[in-house]
Amino acid sequence: MKARFWASLACLSGLALVLVSCGKKEETAENAPAGQPAATPIDMSTVGSVSGAVKLEGPAPKPKKINMGADQFCASVHPGGGATEEVVTDASGDLANVIVYVKEGLGNRTFDAPKTPVELDQKGCMYSPHIVTLMAGQTFDVKNADQTTHNIHPVPKNNREWNKSQAPGAPDISDTFAREEVAIPVQCQVHPWMKSYIAVFKHPYFAVTGANGSFDIKNLPPGTYTLEAWHEKFGVSDQTVTIGAKEAKTVTFSFKPATGGD
Amino acid sequence: MQPSYHQAVHRFALFLVACTLLLLIAGALVTSNEAALSVPDWPLSYGTLLPPMVGGIVFEDSHRKIAGAVLLLTLILAIWLWRAEQRRWMRWLGLAAFAAVLGQAILGGLTVLLNLHYGMPVAHACLAQIFFGIVVSIALFTSNWWTADHPRLEDSGSPSVHSLAFLNAGVIFLQVVLGAGFRHKDIPIWPHLVGAGAVLATVTWTGAALRRRFEHSREMRLARILLHSFFGMQFLLGIGALWSRMSTANAPQPLPVTIAFTVAHTVLGALLFACSVAVILVCRRLVPRIREVAARTPEQAALS
Repeated sequence: MKARFWASLACLSGLALVLVSCGKKEETAENAPAGQPAATPIDMSTVGSVSGAVKLEGPAPKPKKINMGADQFCASVHPGGGATEEVVTDASGDLANVIVYVKEGLGNRTFDAPKTPVELDQKGCMYSPHIVTLMAGQTFDVKNADQTTHNIHPVPKNNREWNKSQAPGAPDISDTFAREEVAIPVQCQVHPWMKSYIAVFKHPYFAVTGANGSFDIKNLPPGTYTLEAWHEKFGVSDQTVTIGAKEAKTVTFSFKPATGGD
Repeated sequence: MQPSYHQAVHRFALFLVACTLLLLIAGALVTSNEAALSVPDWPLSYGTLLPPMVGGIVFEDSHRKIAGAVLLLTLILAIWLWRAEQRRWMRWLGLAAFAAVLGQAILGGLTVLLNLHYGMPVAHACLAQIFFGIVVSIALFTSNWWTADHPRLEDSGSPSVHSLAFLNAGVIFLQVVLGAGFRHKDIPIWPHLVGAGAVLATVTWTGAALRRRFEHSREMRLARILLHSFFGMQFLLGIGALWSRMSTANAPQPLPVTIAFTVAHTVLGALLFACSVAVILVCRRLVPRIREVAARTPEQAALS
């Protein structure tokens, strides 16, 4: 009887250890320095660019009101309550916070990740910027400008998931993502309205539309590319564009609120 | 040998039932407020026993502290039962309750440390129901009613009331598992809706059998009324929870109406399961099983 009890206890402990070590193994494998091939040289004398705008056809849904009463600091920063940033447009229907990137057409070219880190700040219990874009292997720093505690929890499908807390005045949290992924939701469970997205690319040809809905992707080698526009609520929209040597192309994407894409 | 009644132990067990119910409410509040990962570390919260109590941390840390208190109370009850109980199996049941709450604490920790993966939240939710069922059983076993003599009731129906009560509790537990799976986004809603139909069937069947076969038994009538009342309320709360979830699907944060319905639905689900366990035990106490009837002497049979 006693032997069976201890055997069961040992099995349960073993199972718990296996589960915990499984989580850690993933972390170790991903943090290991990858043997990256050298970047493919780009002939800068022939590069072109693609720019344009993203429009929302039809009336934009109204921003939803956020009740920040759960945290006195957040409520004091937004006395009238906050508003969601999932759909941001101007009076002309120009859509902000859309990621536009080269989805296909770069072949086997490889690119070095920039040495400068990308920042994700927590300001007034909101993420700033709402959309973060970076290259695989590029460092991104999470800052806390607020006088309250946050937890930062990216929920990727193709990268390592983590969840870390950051007290007021705590040092930046620095991390990287190893694999391309569009886009990784980021949440703060202390303040459940805080949502952001991180898009990770293996090349530098991406942009996020500003308040006027415009984007600009520079230094593209001549070629035919599939461009994709990604929006957190409206989904994706693709277009094919051919760039000649030193050519600047203009592309317009449009989304429809009801159908979720064009 | 007739077990003796320990009023203090029974009252302590009832107190533990109340505390466990409070713990279930606190746990449901954590899930409904999407606050489970607001404290990334475990067993301490932000490396301390007194984390900043803001936003989701309020729910998660309160849940941990109430759980700590329930763990301690269960340990006290287990020791008390071990020292005071004459029934050997009751002593082991006390230890089983402690093992369950300890396992539940470890599952809670793994839920946080593994970022809600590997089915940990569902396992945590289901073990909570089992623990509550054990604690309610201990409260029943230590009651004056359980230790007193009662006239035995004859079960003339088929299937036996024991089989029906067991099936009923099993289906309710399965429904609890499906509900937890849906709440933690592991499965779609339809299995839980099908489960509601199955629970409706078994509760109706069990209730009808209790009414037809034991019409004059006060205990069976109470068991039937509680079973039906809990299920009726649970069914309405389930509709309310589903409606609130659908109508606030695009809200930027959990809204009070959804939280209220979901917490009430979750906690009443636990009460319904505990009630179904109590029905099994009451039937076991009052109605002899077939092999017990067969073992009776001709004199006992003649007297019945």
